[in-house]
Amino acid sequence: MIEIRNLSKSFTLHNQGGVAIPVMAGAHLRVAGGECVGLVGRSGAGKSTLMRMVYGNYLAEAGSIRIGEVDVVTAEPRQILALRRAVLGHVSQFLRVVPRVPTLEVVAEPLLRLGTPAPEARARAAELLARLNIPERLWRLSPTTFSGGEQQRVNIARGFAHDYPALLLDEPTASLDAQNREVVLRLIEEAKARGAAILGIFHDEGARDRVCDRLVDVTGFTPGLAA
Amino acid sequence: MTLMQNAITAAPLLSVQGLTKRYGARIGCMGVGFDLYPGEVLGIVGESGSGKSTLLSCLAGHQRPDEGRILFDGADVLAFSEAERRRLLRGDWAYVHQNPRDGLRMGVSAGGNVGERLMAVGARNYAAIRETATDWLGRVEIAADRIDDRPSAFSGGMQQRLQIARNLVTGPRLVFMDEPTGGLDVSVQARLLDLLRGLVRDLGLSVVIVTHDLAVVRLLADRLMVMKSGRVVECGLTDQVLDDPQHAYTQLLVSSVLQV
Repeated sequence: MIEIRNLSKSFTLHNQGGVAIPVMAGAHLRVAGGECVGLVGRSGAGKSTLMRMVYGNYLAEAGSIRIGEVDVVTAEPRQILALRRAVLGHVSQFLRVVPRVPTLEVVAEPLLRLGTPAPEARARAAELLARLNIPERLWRLSPTTFSGGEQQRVNIARGFAHDYPALLLDEPTASLDAQNREVVLRLIEEAKARGAAILGIFHDEGARDRVCDRLVDVTGFTPGLAA
Repeated sequence: MTLMQNAITAAPLLSVQGLTKRYGARIGCMGVGFDLYPGEVLGIVGESGSGKSTLLSCLAGHQRPDEGRILFDGADVLAFSEAERRRLLRGDWAYVHQNPRDGLRMGVSAGGNVGERLMAVGARNYAAIRETATDWLGRVEIAADRIDDRPSAFSGGMQQRLQIARNLVTGPRLVFMDEPTGGLDVSVQARLLDLLRGLVRDLGLSVVIVTHDLAVVRLLADRLMVMKSGRVVECGLTDQVLDDPQHAYTQLLVSSVLQV
């Protein structure tokens, strides 16, 4: 489902003397449907950079990232937008929303954008928020004022609202208590069971051991760091 | 997967090629081209004098470009007769001004402002016009009992929402917006952004929005075009351009934003 081949990237900082910083070379990995692959490597090795390239918000220099039938490296913006709507989900560490929008709508939005009827989309959103222990009295409020852990759970509910065939998870269990961590791990296991291909970063070793089928050390893809 | 297929096979609603506008020796905009697809929001950013407003006014038919082509639904807009052009501006196209005073008739009631555009496309039944106007005031969160008030009695945020109702009531397919949240308080901006996002999604609007506010485009635009000295220096997916800018000017623009 996700196949990365010979991927490379460097950043050119035009306003800092035009210095070019190579950050990735020769990256390759595959994630099959129903499989969860964890990215490991020390901080700064390029785990997040790789995830952002897969999602299309960092440009690749060379190589390919195939998700289903789309190569993110060469795809038109609108192909990537369509991919993100229907195929490729992303749970980031930060919730970015329009202020004032109620939590229930924030979670239902990915379904509404896919054309799911509003009552159905809201019912699914409510089910996820309840599972993630967000009190119902908060659903009508904007999540911008919520605590870090609550925002993280709203973000997870939003990321799991649609059954994406491919999912990117960036530290999905960070800042969660034991009970909510368990809910998230179950959501990940359910997504795998329905055949989703998952690529994730998990600093939580227990979570990593439980949901990841394989680990890929990105240090091998970092110029100047390769062992 | 059918949605993906649709998104990829659809033809562009607006196709712009080599658009150039000069003011004497000075360049307004130069060689601008892009395709806008149904339901897509394109943000245009750049500092004052970058040519983004000139581009928007050429696109929207307020100024005639010196060179280039503008195809709307496959038709060459620059070859339109005056009558055809007016019909387009009243029906399929809409234009939201930065200052609501430029897009509203300040001496006419709120209901009249919305109804007037309906009448311009042929509506004649008073009761039906008033009902549609009331419905639209509700959609932009203006209470029905304000329908007979003049916009001069409204706050800036309400005026802007009224301008949006006036523009969208005729069911346009393409909306041009010039700094629609400029000049509004931050809390009012958020409300307007939320409203615009909902309308764009529910009505499947295509939008070209000019702004200098990167936070606004991040929340509203699917794609982004960065302009400098009349030329497009970078374009791409909005989050890609903002998170991984390639051009020196875009890098400067993104790194100059104050973090809150």
